[in-house]
Amino acid sequence: MPQSSEIAVEFRDVSFEIDRRKILADLNLSIYRGETIVLLGRSGSGKTTMLKLINRLAIPTTGVVSIDDRSTADWDTIKLRRRIGYAIQDIGLFPHFNVSENIGLVPSLERWQTSRIEARVYELLNLVGLEPEVFARRYPHQLSGGQRQRVGVARALAADPPILLMDEPFGALDPITRLELQRQFLYLQQQLGKTVVFVTHDIQEAFLLGTRIGLMNEGNLVVLGTKDELLQSQHSEARAFIACLNAWEMGG
Amino acid sequence: MFSNEDVAEIILRSGEHLILVTIAMIVAISIGIPLGIAITRYPKLAQPILGVANALQTIPSLAIFGFLISVPFLGGIGKNPAIVALTLYALLPLIRNTYVGINSVDRAITEAGRGMGMTDWQLLTQVEIPLASGAILAGIRVATAISVGVATIAAAIGGGGLGVFIFRGLATIDNRLILMGAVPAAAIALGADLALGWVEQRLTEQPLRRGKLDRKYAIGGGILALLIAGLVGINYFQAPPTIAIGSKNFTEQVILGELLAQQIETHTNIKVDRQLNLGGAFICHEAVKAGKIAGYVEYTGTSLIQILKQAPIKDPQLVFDTVKQAYDRQFQLEVLSPLGFENTFAFIIRNEDAQRLQIKTLSEAAKYTPQMRGGFGYEFLERQDGYPALAKTYGLKFAKIQQMEFSLMYPAIEKKSVDLIAANSTDGLIPVLNLTILEDDKKYFPPYQAVPIFNRATLKKYPQIQPVIDKLAGKISTQDIQQMNYQVDNKSRPVDRVVREWLKSKNLT
Ligand SMILES: Nc1ncnc2c1ncn2[C@@H]1O[C@H](COP(=O)(O)OP(=O)(O)OP(=O)(O)O)[C@@H](O)[C@H]1O
Ligand SMILES: [Mg+2]
Repeated sequence: MPQSSEIAVEFRDVSFEIDRRKILADLNLSIYRGETIVLLGRSGSGKTTMLKLINRLAIPTTGVVSIDDRSTADWDTIKLRRRIGYAIQDIGLFPHFNVSENIGLVPSLERWQTSRIEARVYELLNLVGLEPEVFARRYPHQLSGGQRQRVGVARALAADPPILLMDEPFGALDPITRLELQRQFLYLQQQLGKTVVFVTHDIQEAFLLGTRIGLMNEGNLVVLGTKDELLQSQHSEARAFIACLNAWEMGG
Repeated sequence: MFSNEDVAEIILRSGEHLILVTIAMIVAISIGIPLGIAITRYPKLAQPILGVANALQTIPSLAIFGFLISVPFLGGIGKNPAIVALTLYALLPLIRNTYVGINSVDRAITEAGRGMGMTDWQLLTQVEIPLASGAILAGIRVATAISVGVATIAAAIGGGGLGVFIFRGLATIDNRLILMGAVPAAAIALGADLALGWVEQRLTEQPLRRGKLDRKYAIGGGILALLIAGLVGINYFQAPPTIAIGSKNFTEQVILGELLAQQIETHTNIKVDRQLNLGGAFICHEAVKAGKIAGYVEYTGTSLIQILKQAPIKDPQLVFDTVKQAYDRQFQLEVLSPLGFENTFAFIIRNEDAQRLQIKTLSEAAKYTPQMRGGFGYEFLERQDGYPALAKTYGLKFAKIQQMEFSLMYPAIEKKSVDLIAANSTDGLIPVLNLTILEDDKKYFPPYQAVPIFNRATLKKYPQIQPVIDKLAGKISTQDIQQMNYQVDNKSRPVDRVVREWLKSKNLT
């Protein structure tokens, strides 16, 4: 995978509180250009919050999050967000926009020409395995949950942003489609070399997609490393996740 | 049932009504919706602003009108204060629905929008407002319905509209007139609701196109806007009448107002704008004080007790002198010579009861009132010189006291839903409905001489007015006014004709 030693996203001593309650503590993490970091962790461990710190939907209580060596506080928020594709966990498609308009959102905000937007939308629909002729004019309420999720992913990719935040993007898919999209994702990563922060609570998916895996536990980043390093870890949370993996394999 | 004149006036009044509502709604929408949006951005302001809008809606419309009379520019009498009041009433549903509508847009959707790098403005215009448009439209529907209703009260301050029929109908107990106002008002409310409902349905059926306003709608909207602008223009820029004459909202007052108006018009070159049917002594007083009307006819007792808040006096001449002096000093108002008759409060019972119980006076009646049901107006029940003090003087107690609109009292006593009413000694219905006035044997009620009251500045500006009004001094007897009331109340004859005939009979034309 194309990857460099340039740092794309950096967390330095970051903590985050809501109403004086610590949600994230003492985060230190450098994400290199072109790598896929998978954030793994239980529900409520702070994964989504970490993504929001990157595109400034959340503002660190202490510490600094920087993109391209510049603190997010110093970025023009709008410009920053346009550089970061975001597939949100709740999908959040606009119900009054059809599929094509939803996917073309950022390009149209960036004032691309209509024909270019259209071409891009078709390309992306094909990419996420939705036939453009069938789906382009539909509205979100006319899609299944998994189809909606794929539209959400396509929307995040639309303006070809260098950084992608993907919050459980394949959560609602059947195992076959999911595997298909995971493969698609790996293939694309090899071609495009985007910096990706990918959230999942599925350890298999983490192993398959991640250059490195960050294990979150109660607001702390407890393990950060490759698949092998994680397998070696003695941290109880890491052991717990690996135990799930083993149990699943034994059962299957 | 309806003459051509009636139809023409229904159309005119409906037009006025529509204009009042439309202008008020345009103003209210252009204030309410932005305000509703603003408080989604500054949530700290939400409670105070919604609180104020809420409070505004609980103020009775007549109180708002009364307050507005002395407010410069927006106030006075006529269409402006009516529009202001309608606007104030329409604000709450607009602000609230906009606020709630925007705030109930799914957080995942707004978060996605912001995460994609939409500016707040883009998020608002492309996502939040379109998604809240159903709620906002529902707010507009509610506000419109409220406006159509409240606009009927605009007639109380000379705002015109269908309320003119309703007030006139209530004053003359004419159901046909009431229906002439109420039915078109209901039709307007229904029509507006249907139209807005249709728009609402289209909005939810077919998701909003960003920026692509359908050309057909744009043209349609443009034509509508032009039409409204035209109507508004016609209404506002009619040749301004030189002076206005006012009256309160009951038959006798309308007759007296018309009488002043005709007297001025026949003997001078001044044109008179008839602001008849204003909503009560307080509104007339404020209006003449502010010079919004040149004059109206008041009763000395009302002036003394209600306006000047002085203790009752029994001697008519003393009351007149006191009022004249006080008005001169306090308000710069001229109290002209009495017209001749008095309109005192009268306690009225059915003839049959009077005969059966053998009662002629209030003192005699006191014995029987515990078995009677009284029907009194709100004003009478509340006034210092009204029911409470009177009841004390005569030791009156009633089985039940019904608060009722002045104009509903006669039907009530006729249909025996009350047994005793407090009305005016000059009411034309008293003889017709076989009713008896109980004598105020303890002379409790102060004298209520009818006197023209004029704004001094106006009299100075048009010196030809006062001599003409002075010609009416002492000319109207109690029989005269009862007869005129009767003609209008019971014969449903037009006020202007009744007045003209009377003027002719007195050789005043
Ligand atoms: N707006 C908020 N107000 C208060 N607490 C919040 C808020 N948003 C998140 N939290 C809390 O922060 C913690 C981390 O939340 P976060 O959404 O980051 O978890 P997560 O790891 O993404 O979980 P999941 O896998 O269920 O999506 C949770 O305990 C959550 O309850
Ligand atoms: Mg989450």
